[in-house]
Amino acid sequence: MTDRRDNEMAVPGNEDAALDPHASQPGDPIDNPGLPAHQPRPTDVDEAAEKRAERQVAAMFGLSAVCAVLFCVAYFALDIGSEPDMFGGIGAQNLALGLALGLALLLLGVGAIQWARKLMSDHEIVEMRHAVASSEEDRADTVAALKQGVDDSGIGRRPLIRNSMLGAVAALGLPAVVALRDLGELPGSSLEETVWRKGMRIVNDVSGTPIRPEQVEIGQLVNAEPAVFFATDEEGEPVYEGHELQAAKAKAAVILVRIEPSEISPLPAREDWGVQGILCYSKICTHVGCPISLYEQQTHHVLCPCHQSTFDLADNARVLFGPADRPLPQLPLGVDDEGYLVAMSGFQEPVGPSYWERGES
Amino acid sequence: MGATRLGRREPAKAQKPSKVGEVATWADDRHGLAALAKKNVRKVFPDHWSFMLGEIALWSFVILLLTGVFLTFWFKPSMAEVVYHGSYDQLRGIPMSEAYASTLEISFDVRGGLLMRQIHHWSAMLFIAAMFVHMMRVFFTGAFRKPRELNWMVGGLLLMLGILNGFTGYSLPDDLLSGTGLRIADGLMKSIPVVGTYVSFFVFGGEFPGDDIVSRLFTVHVLLIPGLLLALVGLHMLLLVYHKHTQWPGPGRTEKNVVGFPMMPVYAAKAGGYFFIVFGVTALMGGLLTINPIWLYGPYNPSQVTAGSQPDWYMGVAEGLLRIMPGWESELFGYTISWNVFLPGVVAPGIIFTMVMLYPFIEAWITGDKREHHLLDRPRNAPTRTAFLVAMMTLFGLLWAAGGNDLLAVTFNLNLNYITWFMRVAIFVGPPIAFVFTRRWCISLQRQDEERLLHGYETGVIMRSPEGSYSERHLPIDRTGAYILTARDRDEVYQLPAGADGNGVAARGSLKNKVRARLSEFWFADNVQKPTREELVAGHGDTDRELALHAGEAHPADGHQYDGRHDVAGDELRKH
Repeated sequence: MTDRRDNEMAVPGNEDAALDPHASQPGDPIDNPGLPAHQPRPTDVDEAAEKRAERQVAAMFGLSAVCAVLFCVAYFALDIGSEPDMFGGIGAQNLALGLALGLALLLLGVGAIQWARKLMSDHEIVEMRHAVASSEEDRADTVAALKQGVDDSGIGRRPLIRNSMLGAVAALGLPAVVALRDLGELPGSSLEETVWRKGMRIVNDVSGTPIRPEQVEIGQLVNAEPAVFFATDEEGEPVYEGHELQAAKAKAAVILVRIEPSEISPLPAREDWGVQGILCYSKICTHVGCPISLYEQQTHHVLCPCHQSTFDLADNARVLFGPADRPLPQLPLGVDDEGYLVAMSGFQEPVGPSYWERGES
Repeated sequence: MGATRLGRREPAKAQKPSKVGEVATWADDRHGLAALAKKNVRKVFPDHWSFMLGEIALWSFVILLLTGVFLTFWFKPSMAEVVYHGSYDQLRGIPMSEAYASTLEISFDVRGGLLMRQIHHWSAMLFIAAMFVHMMRVFFTGAFRKPRELNWMVGGLLLMLGILNGFTGYSLPDDLLSGTGLRIADGLMKSIPVVGTYVSFFVFGGEFPGDDIVSRLFTVHVLLIPGLLLALVGLHMLLLVYHKHTQWPGPGRTEKNVVGFPMMPVYAAKAGGYFFIVFGVTALMGGLLTINPIWLYGPYNPSQVTAGSQPDWYMGVAEGLLRIMPGWESELFGYTISWNVFLPGVVAPGIIFTMVMLYPFIEAWITGDKREHHLLDRPRNAPTRTAFLVAMMTLFGLLWAAGGNDLLAVTFNLNLNYITWFMRVAIFVGPPIAFVFTRRWCISLQRQDEERLLHGYETGVIMRSPEGSYSERHLPIDRTGAYILTARDRDEVYQLPAGADGNGVAARGSLKNKVRARLSEFWFADNVQKPTREELVAGHGDTDRELALHAGEAHPADGHQYDGRHDVAGDELRKH
């Protein structure tokens, strides 16, 4: 096949073309019967049906234009700011705009398809496929041209040039990678540290008020943060704000729980980490870092709402179930001179999800 | 109208029929497009409902571009802290990022903004759903076979990029839910051995959450990935036009032709109209169905999360994998490997994606099929392929359900841990069951087809023989129906190459070839092949004999002749 264009001319409405010589292959049990005869539609033979279809299409296009105008009316006539939650939380203007725009578009689309189905010719057309591959001749020519180009360049005969060029192109990868170095600072030891220090008060995460042991009842869970998040410097500016506050909070958020002391089974080194049955754990899940939050006071279990890792707070936040492997890090508690709960040190292991350099703690 | 004016218009009127021609001439003089357009103006596309699925994906992508541009006019991709003073009472006076504040502005202070946001989100869901379903159609019908393997891979890339762009998109508003999603993404990055911590720090511009991620994701979401998507969609369409669309076998439809309606005017109207229908439906959804009400979630706060947090539907599988993975971590020379996050979060998606990309080549290698295919397979006629996809769909469905194990537990009042354990087992047990079941089902359907071909269809007419036994009369199916049932290839099991000397010495099949022969045998095992001409003739003997047997009976029409498959002209109806 030298010129494949010969084969691919459309043959509009020519049923004979369906009787393709290749239609059936030897061994086929039944010969290809060929394209069936065209069945006329009502709109092809009945003028009334044709007129009706024409009116339907025009009516849909007309209604679409009406809806487009209604969109503009709704845009100017309805107010959004005042009642965003009207109509089941959708908002009056959003509802009107959506209905008008949706119907304008739908009617336009349905009208166009009705036009195509009822009124445009529905004679099936046969188009011959061309060979996907080029002709042998074209292939040979292309290969010859490529070969000539390669030979002319001498890249095969001059390995010195070829190799030094490849080396130079490869070396360009270095600036491409190095230039991205400033995408972020290096981790350093930042993942091992939080803002918790010895003596820092544990405060309520919303009000920022310090907490006395007697304010926490047995069975209660308090979401807490380090006091420094609510502290201000000499000029009255917050010590932590904006994204620095977010980054610090992402590691330092904690939960306080009070459990009947007889039910607590602390590790040997942790016997004095609680105060009157009050224990403090990192709020950041050791799986992928969601803030854990669902506490069941009867069993002292806390559940991460993201992937359902379950920890037993009475037993050193041991993992009971779910995809997490490590217990929640615990913060040693104490009471300061004024009787408020404070940290006795920072966390003694990194909080949050595991990472390569974390190692055994 | 004056006579002079009429006179002056006369020459123009003579040329009027060629107004289109004039424009065409102008364009062709400068670009020579006629040669290209000649072939494509009346290009033929076959008609079938399943060919519209990809079109839904294409049109939702266009809607995403249109509504997305609208949103960029107001969205501020910045994590700088501002205090909200907009229209939404409940959040006024609260510090938040500019990204979140501007999303609130779009929702409550820009007229039509909430509608555009919701259309954008709904059409993103639809975009990915339509790509999935389109891919399933292509898979079930074997449309990925030679010469369309590359286009299958382009489609696979489109799906992956689409999912990625969906994730970057819902991370942009910086609300509590999207921040939680990013935190999980941060956990996934940190689980990568050796470089994970650095990846996380470089992506977030320092320690999570940093103040760079929203502006970086914005560039990725509106420039980088859409640019790639646009280029790949273009390539996808270009290859489609070059290969011409596949078609179902049928009378007059062969491997060498394509039968259908022309681009101009039928498909221009149908496809163009379909764009407006898809846009119209998403607009109605945007108007009627609330999606991602970020004002209810509040700004991102790393110490908060809501119970029942769920990602967009297409992330459900990754979420499910992450949820049911047992908590395995190991220490290696003082370094930590989080199998519990790395395997489901990084390795599994990589394996799935690689499998999708390589599938056409794997199947072609097993079957040894190097022919071009332009006629589609009925799913039943490729039982192993069909069963494989159904097994994968089962796995997908189970993981998807596992991604909502907390919601299942609450809705059905079940124990969350039992659901998780069930899923841990089910993902290994369910897919093989689905595979075997589907394959046998396909083969049964093939047998039924063969039965209909050889022995005709059941008429529902019960005959009593002179001996008193009862049987149902079968009649041959019509020629068109019979042709459609036989218009498929015979399966050829791959044979080990025979030894060079051909004298019975063990074939020189390498291990690879032996594996291939085994797989090929497994692939086609128990498939029913279409009958030969002789078998068909022999089979028809049954029905013909039966017809002949009753030819003399004096009831020319029992009503079954009027089933649309028989010529009834001139028949007499039985008179009572």
